Amino acid sequence: MHIIESGNVAAALGVKLAEASVIAAYPITPQTPLTEKLSELVDAGEMNAQYIPVESEHSALAVCIAASSAGSRAFTATSANGLLYMNEQLHWAAGARLPIVMCVVNRGIGAPWTVWNDHQDSISQRDTGWIQLYACDHQQILDTVLKAFRLAETVSVPVMVCYDGYILSHTYMPFELPDAEMVRRFLPPFAPEYFLDPKCPKNLNTVTLPDIRPDVRGNTAPGYMEIRHNLHMDMRKSMDVISDIEIEFKEIFGRGGYPFIEPYRVNDADYVAVCMGSLSYHLRDVIDMLRKEGIAVGAAGLRVYRPFPDKAVADAFSHKKGLIVFEKALSYGNQGALFADIKAALYAKTDRPFVRNYILGLGGREIKTTELADALRNSCKPSSATTDRPEWIGLKM
Amino acid sequence: MEKDKTFANRKSHSEPGPGDGGRTGSWRVLRPVIDPEKCIPAKTNKKACFSCWIFCPDGVITKTKLPVIDYEYCKGCGICAEECPTGAITMVEETLVIMEEEK
Repeated sequence: MHIIESGNVAAALGVKLAEASVIAAYPITPQTPLTEKLSELVDAGEMNAQYIPVESEHSALAVCIAASSAGSRAFTATSANGLLYMNEQLHWAAGARLPIVMCVVNRGIGAPWTVWNDHQDSISQRDTGWIQLYACDHQQILDTVLKAFRLAETVSVPVMVCYDGYILSHTYMPFELPDAEMVRRFLPPFAPEYFLDPKCPKNLNTVTLPDIRPDVRGNTAPGYMEIRHNLHMDMRKSMDVISDIEIEFKEIFGRGGYPFIEPYRVNDADYVAVCMGSLSYHLRDVIDMLRKEGIAVGAAGLRVYRPFPDKAVADAFSHKKGLIVFEKALSYGNQGALFADIKAALYAKTDRPFVRNYILGLGGREIKTTELADALRNSCKPSSATTDRPEWIGLKM
Repeated sequence: MEKDKTFANRKSHSEPGPGDGGRTGSWRVLRPVIDPEKCIPAKTNKKACFSCWIFCPDGVITKTKLPVIDYEYCKGCGICAEECPTGAITMVEETLVIMEEEK
């Protein structure tokens, strides 16, 4: 069934279809109407879930951690400073290997206060041990929520579903609402191996000594370093799972098929504009315009930021002449975080493209098609070289 | 080669039981030593008192007529000595005990 709704409602309907059983959320700014919609669905009896309103984002995720530890499918959502307030619990959820799914409606972070879109909130949380997926439109938001639960529960790593604040969250677009039976086929009920059970008491995530130790049964229990190494290796291995899930999703629903990089006119392109989120669709208009001018440029949207799909990036782009990375976030005092990661992924290749970096759209600064076109016209030249510092688009100084 | 499809096989999950936090006896600086001449259950041969057993936060003291302390796990916190109504438990420097054993 096709419906026309906001990106937030697309996300909420995804959570409903995923049959999440515990939702905890803090309702005030920078929260979005996503959780309000979920509270309505629970109140109307359309969702069989516990909706737990809390006094802060830190508590929202703490409730999800408890619920997930007890074997429930847990969901929360936040944005911007709310996500930052969760920071300690983000690390905890990942270290505890809990398959929580959270929507991050991307907004800029204060100071100074802003509620508009950029990616600094989720990018600044890249090393929390969460998988980060980025959606480009309303359909992808809904679909990615479903894939995120499946992925999280397969690899026991929490997943953020990130989508652009306002540009996607508050705008209305048509999208396909999947059939509930088909979703159940794709996403079986949550059946964790370990969960809190009064019949079988266990300590979860107590103080772990620097070295390994014998447990009460005389088996070797891992130390902190083994547990963290396991998280890292599982994040790397999860890329295979992301690919498999994408294939299965396409078989069932007939959509998707691009687990890591969604290309647009990339095959015959010499240069590729790379970015995350809705901007990659915005760029398609620019690509069409520049193609008419004879510039062989394509666009690529990165769907996964952590684990970083370095092999997919190297395979897709190492034979190109140039990459132009557009970012709505910045590693202050250095360069765009995605830019640095892409350069690192290409470093081992002997014949690698130049890579340039543009920072744009911070705090909701309007991104004009003409500005994107100018940036690409300036960059898509054989004489271009890799830069170590970003250039800025739309800066009025 | 078949790909490894197991995930999260190293987690910090543990069951309640002695020694799950490691051999915590090595943390001890002061060792509680029970004097059977002053200890109520030992002296009266009755199941009585057991304040040390009740208050020990690590559960390393037995509820026997002469309570026995498991030095493998006793951290030497001294709560038993503080709580003993007859002052039967004294905290002895662990180094002195070790030096005595090495003689």
